Amino acid sequence: MAGLEDLYREIILDHYRAPRNRGELEVPPAHQVEGFNPLCGDEVILYLDVENGMVSDVKIAGQGCSISQASTSMMSAAVKGRSVAEARTITRAFKALMSIHESKIGGDDVDATADDLAGVRLGDLEALQGVVKFPVRIKCATLAWNTLVQGLDEIESSH
Amino acid sequence: MSLDIARIRADFPLLAQEHNGHRLVYLDSASSAQKPQSVMHAMDEFMEHSYANVHRGVYAIAEAATARFEAARATVAGFIGARESAELAFTRNATEAINLVAHSWGRTNLAAGDVVVLTEMEHHANIVPWHMLAAERGIELRWIPIDAEYRLDLTNLDETLSGAKLLAVTAMSNVLGTVNDIPMLVRAARSAGAHVLVDASQAAPHLPIDVQAWDADFAVLTAHKMLGPSGIGALWARRELLEAMPPFLGGGEMIRDVRKDGFTTNDVPWKFEAGTPAITEAIGWGAAIDYLQGIGMDAVHEHEVELTRYALDALDAEFGERLTIYGPSTTDARGGVISFLFPAIHAHDVSQVLDEEAVCVRAGHHCAKPLMRVLQIPATSRASLYLYNDTDDVDALIVGLTHAEKFFAVDPT
Ligand SMILES: Cc1ncc(COP(=O)(O)O)c(C=O)c1O
Repeated sequence: MAGLEDLYREIILDHYRAPRNRGELEVPPAHQVEGFNPLCGDEVILYLDVENGMVSDVKIAGQGCSISQASTSMMSAAVKGRSVAEARTITRAFKALMSIHESKIGGDDVDATADDLAGVRLGDLEALQGVVKFPVRIKCATLAWNTLVQGLDEIESSH
Repeated sequence: MSLDIARIRADFPLLAQEHNGHRLVYLDSASSAQKPQSVMHAMDEFMEHSYANVHRGVYAIAEAATARFEAARATVAGFIGARESAELAFTRNATEAINLVAHSWGRTNLAAGDVVVLTEMEHHANIVPWHMLAAERGIELRWIPIDAEYRLDLTNLDETLSGAKLLAVTAMSNVLGTVNDIPMLVRAARSAGAHVLVDASQAAPHLPIDVQAWDADFAVLTAHKMLGPSGIGALWARRELLEAMPPFLGGGEMIRDVRKDGFTTNDVPWKFEAGTPAITEAIGWGAAIDYLQGIGMDAVHEHEVELTRYALDALDAEFGERLTIYGPSTTDARGGVISFLFPAIHAHDVSQVLDEEAVCVRAGHHCAKPLMRVLQIPATSRASLYLYNDTDDVDALIVGLTHAEKFFAVDPT
């Protein structure tokens, strides 16, 4: 039986209580993208500053439960300062972590093989793995990541 | 004449379960109610002895099935005070019943620029069908707002209703617990020349209702919230309206004759029942109503009012200002639906902690996003009470909430 501690690891509660990268960026030059979880009304707004293939800044607005807030905060810390390609790889690795119950998220396949993602270190993000034991909460954890991918796609297709 | 809750609980096998070593505390009846043994038994017994399709065969069990099915219709019609069973058409649920009215009556009677009045406390089931008609026909939607006590703000009622063709209003809010004054709203709508649809999904399970005393035109209800099975609901409407309305879905049962070049429709209410209906579910719904009537709707309501008072007082005593309750603070014209929020803790997280202690509450927008927007919150937790709940259940909720509050407390450091 999965307990509350599996879901709410200390690191998750830490990100929830003290979310990183809250705020807004001026649009443009930044790109704004919104994601919704229709089930529970969670809402995430990402401001992405992408220059020369680098995610140079990320800011977060919106509201949601501890899992979605923590996941958004951890996502911003994980991709800020990385290249777009690295951000996408981390996203795929994170989705693979969540994919036990949700094999296809947000339209792009999570069929990444273990090889493909072998070198990716998720670090703190692994704390979110407990979410898979609570299937209804997986969407809370993946919301920010799907929104990130949507934002990166929009930015790349506008170039 | 308070209810013997221990005896009632014994009729509901599911409530005897335990989870994580805790007695199951079911506080989500506004979403769907648990079922008494008598309902399950009636459905089993019917399938074992009398099951056949209805209105078709001439053999004995087909006749018996048809008679039982029509008797269930009479039971539901009687429960809501309909003049005759012919005024009650079975549907899949309340949602389908409202869609039936929007599709059939709405498309016949509403044209571009016509006004349909809703309230800010409607369930999506009583909003989206009208949005769909607005997109298709260009009708205008107007909204009766809510006030600071979470009741309808009737200050501009006459203005809002002026020129309207329909008022579609819930008898009881599934989020706030507010019970609306339907006879008064019907009088106001009538004098503006508008028809009235009453969403009785939440009222029918908890209050004595009487569609004739309401003087409404349409009422919808759904069996699963009133101890019956899922998969069946009903539309009640005055006979002359039903007779004038075109059919909704086409197929078997709803026809009188079909030729290569057309069809004629069956009498009401069968005109609105295309295809094989939810036969066993109708039997179950009849049994659910027998169960409720055995206890008495006045007694059910009185019990819920007492328990709601107890819960509101207990929540206030324990949490005071730290917990916001979205609903009337008095129990006058209020049902046992209690929506609440710790401003700093998301409703989902609260529900998750409560689930550890086998306390079942709903978290989310409760299919009332326009209302959530008015309240400027994304979600609430909602505890809803029914005839099988008692003060122990409320106490378990409060203990669980103290744990949730502690668990998610923001460190002052
Ligand atoms: C006020 C109200 N109207 C309509 C409905 C829809 O009921 P159903 O889903 O059974 O059609 C509900 C149920 O959630 C409700 O609470």
